[in-house]
Amino acid sequence: MDLTFSAEERAFERDVREFIAAHLPAETKRAQSLTPSVFSDPEVIVAWQKALNAKGWVAPGWPTQYGGPGWTPAQRWIFETQCALAGVPSISPMGTKMVGPVIIGFGTDAQKNYYLPRILAGDDVWCQGYSEPGSGSDLSSLKTRAVRDGDHYVVNGTKIWTTHAHHANRMFALVRTSEEPRQQEGISFILIDMKSPGVTIRPILTIGGDHEVNQVFFDDVRVPVSDRVGEEGKGWTYGKYLLEFERGGGIASARLREALKTVAAFADSDMTGHAIDDPDVSLRLSEVEVDIDALEMAELRVLSAMQTGQNPGAVSSMLKLRVSEIHQAITRLGVDVIGNDGLVVEPMRPLYTLNHEPVIPEALLPVVPKHLNGRAYTIFGGASEIQRDIIGKLVLGI
Amino acid sequence: MDLTPSDEQRLLRDSAERFIAETYTTKLREKNAAEPLGFSAAIWKQFADLGWLALPIAEDYGGLGGGAVDVGILMESFGKGLVSEPYLATVVLGAGLVAEAGSDAQKQELLPKVADGSMLLAFAHAERAARSDLARVETTATRSGDGWRLDGAKIAVLDGRAAHRIIVSARVKDEDNKLALFLVAPDAEGVTLRDYPRLGGGQGCNLTLADVKTSIDARLGSADALPMIEAVTDRALAALSAEAVGIMQTLLDKTLDYTKIRKQFGRPLSSNQVIRHRLVDMSVACDEARSIALRAAMMADDGSVARGRAASGAKAKIGKGARFVAEQAVQCHGAMGVTEELDIGAYFKRLLAFETLFGGSSHHYRRHAMLSGR
Repeated sequence: MDLTFSAEERAFERDVREFIAAHLPAETKRAQSLTPSVFSDPEVIVAWQKALNAKGWVAPGWPTQYGGPGWTPAQRWIFETQCALAGVPSISPMGTKMVGPVIIGFGTDAQKNYYLPRILAGDDVWCQGYSEPGSGSDLSSLKTRAVRDGDHYVVNGTKIWTTHAHHANRMFALVRTSEEPRQQEGISFILIDMKSPGVTIRPILTIGGDHEVNQVFFDDVRVPVSDRVGEEGKGWTYGKYLLEFERGGGIASARLREALKTVAAFADSDMTGHAIDDPDVSLRLSEVEVDIDALEMAELRVLSAMQTGQNPGAVSSMLKLRVSEIHQAITRLGVDVIGNDGLVVEPMRPLYTLNHEPVIPEALLPVVPKHLNGRAYTIFGGASEIQRDIIGKLVLGI
Repeated sequence: MDLTPSDEQRLLRDSAERFIAETYTTKLREKNAAEPLGFSAAIWKQFADLGWLALPIAEDYGGLGGGAVDVGILMESFGKGLVSEPYLATVVLGAGLVAEAGSDAQKQELLPKVADGSMLLAFAHAERAARSDLARVETTATRSGDGWRLDGAKIAVLDGRAAHRIIVSARVKDEDNKLALFLVAPDAEGVTLRDYPRLGGGQGCNLTLADVKTSIDARLGSADALPMIEAVTDRALAALSAEAVGIMQTLLDKTLDYTKIRKQFGRPLSSNQVIRHRLVDMSVACDEARSIALRAAMMADDGSVARGRAASGAKAKIGKGARFVAEQAVQCHGAMGVTEELDIGAYFKRLLAFETLFGGSSHHYRRHAMLSGR
């Protein structure tokens, strides 16, 4: 066992650092630091993604034949850590980490040849059509229907909580193609062109002041059958595969550590009247830091297991639960640290386009919106209660 | 970067787990607790034969040269069996202090005997007024004739009655009150030893030193002992953390078994979502404890700040998690959980002792913050 890096890994770390220094525009870094929402706007990411794509580093988890870099788990960890340290925006996971792996696993050659290079280049912006107004945690009760009509499906229904639907030109969606006794059956996985006639988008503003999510309506939207991934009626299997793919080998500790450092730096500055002198603030910083230390070790244990070809198993299913809780603890601490300045509401979005002098230091503007936005972390991607059910069933056998 | 255990570590884990499962049964534990010293000499001999006493001792002194991760593997198994043999007192603390502070002659004299099982050690450091402050020592050492004179009072000396030598910390009056360590025989004149059965297993004692005379070479080395005490205590924190992981895991396993079998209102307790989610939270606490204990062990030989932050972080976080797991284990066992008819209470008490030893969670979060420059 060893927490240090080999000479080759240290050399790789240097390469990553130098690459970031050479290719991350200063305005991208600023925009990212002023983004309170989960995902960065596509316009923030575009230059960075182009640079990554030229280097072949957009999709660390993909097999090399489809454009993955062929990294070891340790290299992936180094890359994520260096990106976090430098304040690099995250590439939208909806292409590279969600629909990409499903297309790689179950798509036709034509689908792979068309969609995968476009995901890497950022030519398509994807959104996810899973939740519906009546189907939240009970996802497989979904009702959006796709009825076969010759070479097309005709889609009717609605999806909700659709992150970046207003930016996206493509959606991957779970839709019902037949009624079966089990609600998990009769679901298909299809790719929808968001510019199709019959697609309308209603923005939903969240409590942090951001327009990040939407409701999407489908009114007789025609989708070519050739844009169905895998077999008809097997969509639930692919949807679950996507979730498992997303869960394995997650590396969140590095970004959480940087977020905590930001809060600690605020606390240790004149901006907050040195909130750090409050013993409660000081202790809570330690408490959260140790939580991140434990999370980091859990992530490293998963990576080590993957490196030796083992299934990470139990550990990885606990990560989502802890990552979301730790994120919330950090953002809550941020609110407490900035004190009265947290009362200032700056309605302008995106914050990085602000063209007047803010009432409080610019760096403090996203603190309260981040906390408000962060309440969603224990709800999206399977609420914490669902995660506990899953862990109970898969890990504890109850 | 790799957290995969080596083949040797896998073998060590297998043999320790087998020993606990096959030999260190509840019956044996209860028999040991009734022994005058709170443990079994025969088991100690077996530990020696298995190489466990030699494990962290340097090869030059008859040891196997293992590290804190190896000790952690053993301690986790010891936690599962609630082992009461004085491994922490003799091997981790005692031999650890001799290795850190002793002269080569002292190491040559003592360490091979620890490794072969013929020398038991204990560490007398804590004092009532000090609470958890390692630097606060009022016991004094003065030069007297051609030796030393020790005066003071120590509490919570782990397994002191069984020890052949007790390592006593004291301030040296003639050297600017520098902290130093002295080897004292428990039967030396002026030593009063009041022993007691310790919460959660093993023994403890309080020690009074009144005009105790030792030879000149009873002092371990001559440098300021505080950094060495801190280093050895941090390694003890890592070892105790690993032990706590074994205890927590056992409580979780037993509670899982029980709630799957116990039926009320016509169905197993574990079919209630409120119980299921609590069991999941217990398992998350166990998993986090495992992660952070391993981190403390892997950083046990780092520089003092990194080492101290890792050790205090583990002690603080596991303290919180241990309390949660222990309390919920009792709760889920219902009234049976508070009886001596189940061993849930024995594990509960051992975790309570873990929380207390070397300072509780809030002390260690404070130390973590202080070492982080806050």
